[in-house]
Amino acid sequence: MELVLNEEQTMLDQTAKNFIKDNSPITRVRKLRDDGDPLGYSKEMWKKMAELGWTSILFSEEDGGMGLGMAEVVLVTEAMGRGLAPEPFLGTVMLAGQALSIGGSPELREQWLGPIIEGEKALAMAYQEKGGRYDITRIKTSAKKTTNNYLLIGEKTQVLDGFGADAIIVSARTSGEDGEAEGITLFLIPAGTPGMTVTRQWRLDSRNVALVQLKDVEVPESNIVGTVGKGGQLLSQVIDQATVALCGEMLGGMSAAFDRTLGYLKERVQFDVVIGTFQALKHRAAKMFMEIELARSVVMAAARTLDGNDANKEILVSTAKARCSDAYILVTNEAVQMLGGIGMTDEEDTGFYMKRARAAEMTFGDATYHKDRFAALKGY
Amino acid sequence: MSELEDFRASVRSWLEENAPKSIRGKVRDPALAYWGGRKTPLPFPEAKVWLDMMAEKGWTVPFWPKEYGGGGLNKEENKIFNQEMARLELPPPLTGFGITMIGPTVLQYGTEEQKKKYIGEIVRGEVRWCQGYSEPNAGSDLANIQTKAVVDGDDYILNGQKIWTSYGDLADWMFLLVRTDPGVKKQVGITFLLLDMETKGVEVRPIKLISGNSPFCEVFFEDVRVPQKNVLNRVNGGWEVAKALLGHERTMIANAFGGRVAPEKAENPMEAAARKYIGFRDGKIADSVIRDRMAQNQMDESCFLLTVQRNSDNIKAGHRPGPETSIFKVYGTELNQRRMELMLSILGPECLGWEGEGFEQGELDLCRVWLRSRGNTLEGGTSEIQLNIIAKQVLGLPDK
Repeated sequence: MELVLNEEQTMLDQTAKNFIKDNSPITRVRKLRDDGDPLGYSKEMWKKMAELGWTSILFSEEDGGMGLGMAEVVLVTEAMGRGLAPEPFLGTVMLAGQALSIGGSPELREQWLGPIIEGEKALAMAYQEKGGRYDITRIKTSAKKTTNNYLLIGEKTQVLDGFGADAIIVSARTSGEDGEAEGITLFLIPAGTPGMTVTRQWRLDSRNVALVQLKDVEVPESNIVGTVGKGGQLLSQVIDQATVALCGEMLGGMSAAFDRTLGYLKERVQFDVVIGTFQALKHRAAKMFMEIELARSVVMAAARTLDGNDANKEILVSTAKARCSDAYILVTNEAVQMLGGIGMTDEEDTGFYMKRARAAEMTFGDATYHKDRFAALKGY
Repeated sequence: MSELEDFRASVRSWLEENAPKSIRGKVRDPALAYWGGRKTPLPFPEAKVWLDMMAEKGWTVPFWPKEYGGGGLNKEENKIFNQEMARLELPPPLTGFGITMIGPTVLQYGTEEQKKKYIGEIVRGEVRWCQGYSEPNAGSDLANIQTKAVVDGDDYILNGQKIWTSYGDLADWMFLLVRTDPGVKKQVGITFLLLDMETKGVEVRPIKLISGNSPFCEVFFEDVRVPQKNVLNRVNGGWEVAKALLGHERTMIANAFGGRVAPEKAENPMEAAARKYIGFRDGKIADSVIRDRMAQNQMDESCFLLTVQRNSDNIKAGHRPGPETSIFKVYGTELNQRRMELMLSILGPECLGWEGEGFEQGELDLCRVWLRSRGNTLEGGTSEIQLNIIAKQVLGLPDK
């Protein structure tokens, strides 16, 4: 594993950062929020991102992708994180797309992966339920076998990129008890299927998340993604990858928030000097810088261990998520403190990063959750 | 390519044949490090033979120029050499400030005569060096040194005092900063001198620390004569040399940390201690707060080592060292302190033993090592000074 960008990666990094800088300033996110845009992102922008190849990075060449890895994905999500670009990368590409890519039948892959890569269709993965916190096995949604189909009943919350999605993959229990890893199955349900209601939920970060209610939804067996009863394992694998993609986004977000703070420290004058001359603030800025540097290293490493399918990949995924969660919160909390009253206003962009930091922290497990998982994986 | 492979084969067979059996597989045992010089005791019986054998080939510092006694290896050869040393897990035959600090600085600033003398002595491990920087009134404000050097014929006459001199009592020579011009800006009136510790008027007194050990000394100078030819670089050009030396020191610290990126042992010492002093319940450490702190500490360490690796991978790829280099000293030392504090918590009351009956050796050692670790964030530039450096040089925050 080498923690350095090769020439192609350096180019991708530069292109992605420039694209976001030129096309996705915070004013865009602000407008989507102020308009109460139900989709929360721009379909046109998503299409442009697809044209840049971002949606195809991780998919195999057979499926029409580039066959690259997480080392490349985190460069794209980092750029998106800098501008808080809300396009449905996590839901469509990392969760539903990867679940299909790994576990989907040839028919399902044929039907869905092309449109995903083209940026034509958005998909989502509904795995989270109220009260389940970060444990994907604690689900009450059930799927009962009928003669030819499965009948799904249940409710999923905060489904990432779920509102307006063309299809939603739902985790449901086909056997076993609440909390058991075995007995979970993933079902792909196209939008408009009778009995499925998708309602937009509004969180502090105004991202597209949805409440998905299932009342006797009939799903044919052919829409099962992966193996019956083994959906939990597939979901874990996909979520680990998505976690690192999210870490890339968090790294970009904390870097941008830090740059903003640093700029303010150099221009804000009090007591006739810029406040960046004060040692109390200098030291705190230096500490934030250290945390961001450490986060960068572990995000690069986690991406590469996933690409290499290394034995310690889960340990590094947890290390990366715990680090990025803590660092993003530290940096954005400090940013508001250093910006003073201005940091508390809605007019200042820093609040957007602080809100996103919290939402990202509590997606795929917070720092405490990942420390617990880390310790368990280490055998203590 | 085949030339390099030939080189590898020759290094391998030479090491196989000559490296003492007793030190193979002990690369990470700090007790085997040999600091050389006339006063340092041998860490193991074959240390001197191993040193002489390696020095004759220039392999104590394999990448230094051959004309001054180094091994003259180029980058690729040096990499191969290190790989072959690692293959047998051999500790380096020699360590110390000669190799890491003053040697590279003499190569950069020394006259031909100085290079011939000092580099040769370092390579052969004949001389152990110490660093004469800090003074009672020049700690973080290093440029405030007051040890005076006044010209008298061919010599300087030195009067003053150094403090916190690491292993001053075991060193043969000292490189030091002295004030040669008190009438100019602090940084401008400083000269970099090389001093034989045997010179009349030099007095060394070890300082007893809170750990009970004395790794540091005070060094007093009373009318000490130093030949003018012992000036490195020009007179009043010492501050520049001091900064360059700091750069060599940081590179070495980074490399030293880099060397620590190694496959983990089955169970690390912290986990073993938790098993012994706290115990497990349902497959987890019984104290869930300690367990959480351990995970945090190990994650911090992992992120830190990955950052060191990122830096060295970056350099290997031909890029300049990135800003991440600046965090090594402050983060590495604070991490070590947190680790020590956590170890105390894990041992509980057993960590309080100072000496004598009723405590195991490991318990007594931890107490001392913890106390010693409190100095990590002071020596070599306090954490506060390091944070100032990051704020100014990396983040561009102004002084006024």
